[in-house]
Amino acid sequence: MASPPPPVKLLGTFASLPVHRAEAALRIKGVPYELILEDLKNKSELLLTHNPVHKKVPVLLHGDRAVCESLVILEYIDEAFDGPPLLPADPYDRATARFWAHFIDTKCSRPIWLSVWAEGDRQREALREVKQNLALLEAQLEGKRFFGGDSIGYLDLAACGLAHWIGVIAESGGVSLDTLMSDAEFPNLRRWAAEYVSDEAVRLCLPDRDRLLAYHMANVDKNKERAKSM
Amino acid sequence: MSSQQQPAAPVKLITAFGSPFAHRVEVALTLKGVPYELVVEDLANKSELLLAHNPVHQSVPVLLHSGRAVCESLVIVEYVDEAFHQATAPRILPADPYHRATARFWADFIANKCLRPMWLSMWAEGEAQARFARETKESLGVLDAQLEGKRFFGGDALGFVDLAACTLARWLGVLEEVAGVRLMADGEYPALRRWAKEYVSDEVVRRSLPDRDELAAFFAANKERYRSRVREAVQQQ
Repeated sequence: MASPPPPVKLLGTFASLPVHRAEAALRIKGVPYELILEDLKNKSELLLTHNPVHKKVPVLLHGDRAVCESLVILEYIDEAFDGPPLLPADPYDRATARFWAHFIDTKCSRPIWLSVWAEGDRQREALREVKQNLALLEAQLEGKRFFGGDSIGYLDLAACGLAHWIGVIAESGGVSLDTLMSDAEFPNLRRWAAEYVSDEAVRLCLPDRDRLLAYHMANVDKNKERAKSM
Repeated sequence: MSSQQQPAAPVKLITAFGSPFAHRVEVALTLKGVPYELVVEDLANKSELLLAHNPVHQSVPVLLHSGRAVCESLVIVEYVDEAFHQATAPRILPADPYHRATARFWADFIANKCLRPMWLSMWAEGEAQARFARETKESLGVLDAQLEGKRFFGGDALGFVDLAACTLARWLGVLEEVAGVRLMADGEYPALRRWAKEYVSDEVVRRSLPDRDELAAFFAANKERYRSRVREAVQQQ
């Protein structure tokens, strides 16, 4: 008799965007998993053993394998499990998806954070940069329901911050989402965001908005300090 | 190489002298047996070709294949691995999903935790410089341990992580001399030193490795510019 498939566990925490990417990928792929919530102020042996280099979440445990870094986890989930594909089949389309995911990870978070928490010129400059970045992503969505086409894929998961976190971060800093990503300037992104957060698989693992907002509002002073040293 | 193995469309690679990122792609193309034409940029005077095909970053390398552009060196390496995959050509990323994930993890570590602070440690000053140097050395230690008696990060053959780390094999030594910043002292990181020697003497790598003296002259000529750019970047923090 065939042995049961090795268990899948995901080490994560509540508000984490990278954790959501991994969890949503598992759900879309149809992979049963156990979510283990970490207290990052008191990291478990499990976390420290399986991500000794970064000591961060998410960590995907698949049998005795550990995979770290959310975008690496997404590709692993796509390759190791059967189910709907997360990345396109064509090498050029795959390269395009990876390019934009890398762009989002390296160019987007800092200006968004500063556009909410910095002051004066620094804040204005950051806002300009945010809009430049969003315009590029807006263009990528032209004529498409999701970055992945008809269904949510790798790049949609990579971009999830723009569907959910950006609005919460803005609100926690007393800034309207419309200041950063207005419907008038970014109709594709706003439409995509609404579709993303209401997707069946995504909804079940998206952090509750009110709770996420409370989490960010509880850290206002820390957020301002962080902006100063960025 | 038989004509049956030639790719259907010509491949162009936009590069610039001394770029370790473009070097990664050249090695990838050569490993896969893909003939290519180099278009060498003067980054102080960027061509329309470069600006049109990499409008987002305006940097090299850019791969042009069948009229389409691929940017970001490790994205290009994966593209080359997939688009020119043949039974007779070596794999750059391994076949197994877990080994692929491990390779991608280390490439990401090298980029963010090693190469970035390394560059900054060469040109920054004071407390910031010390911090970047410390971070780089810590990462070099981690990488040294990762090699644990392996010939290459990829095992017996050169692979994705070796390409990600190529800067450490040739560029680091040159930068240390030009900037006067020593990160790898004598006797430190023995596995990494041995790997670096293997890397630069590899038959395929040698074809697209910049000459050490030319590289040193290039960095020396640009060092004031690097220093002021890094000063600015550190001040913004």
